[in-house]
Amino acid sequence: MSVHVTVQAAPFDVGVEADRLSTLSPLTGGIGLFVGQVRGGQGLRAMTLEHYPGMTEAILHALAEEAMARFGLTGCTILHRVGRLEVGAGIVFVGAGAAHRGAALMATSFLIDRLKTGAPFWKREEYDDGRAIWVDARETDEEAARAWMNKPAA
Amino acid sequence: MADRVTVLFFAALREQIGQESLSVIIPASGVSVVALRTQIERADPVIAQALADQPKLRVAVNRTLSTFEQLVIPGDEVAFFPPMTGG
Repeated sequence: MSVHVTVQAAPFDVGVEADRLSTLSPLTGGIGLFVGQVRGGQGLRAMTLEHYPGMTEAILHALAEEAMARFGLTGCTILHRVGRLEVGAGIVFVGAGAAHRGAALMATSFLIDRLKTGAPFWKREEYDDGRAIWVDARETDEEAARAWMNKPAA
Repeated sequence: MADRVTVLFFAALREQIGQESLSVIIPASGVSVVALRTQIERADPVIAQALADQPKLRVAVNRTLSTFEQLVIPGDEVAFFPPMTGG
């Protein structure tokens, strides 16, 4: 399977996922990876990731297929965790295999930029002082996703 | 159940409303998302306030992002939620 998408509570293993991408096709010459993790600071203790089961998986599959076609990938992986995650825990893994680095790196950016505002996940932050805050969408994230409308394919 | 739609709420909306789903009776010919919103707001002031508190409210019909002009018919699943913040 050249496209691998899961929404899971369990941690992911970056090495295992990189190996999966590297062995998919003898035509793969480069792999781009991005890992997002829970950023600490300002008293943040943990985040809880909520999602819309069914819609999430459909959107991530469509996004992976779009990246495969747009960048001519040999493989594409999107893993996203849900539930309560503490500081330093992995939240999301995206990976793209391609013949050359340009497509692999561009596809990796494309996947994470589009995922952040286009897939139905929501983050709720917990702080040491007991506050809990739903994260607001950032305008810069929405701009990053929109910018791909005007960029050329690899 | 023939003339009902399922309405779902996520994240801050779900928390503020205190429930994650509703079953709503609509005409067999369907209604727009806007009309459905007005209907559930009139039935429940807590829902009205929670929706009003979301200036960038999003809607999905049958798990596809939609506009508020989209027609909803019995059997559909309509979800309201704040802007998405994954990644």
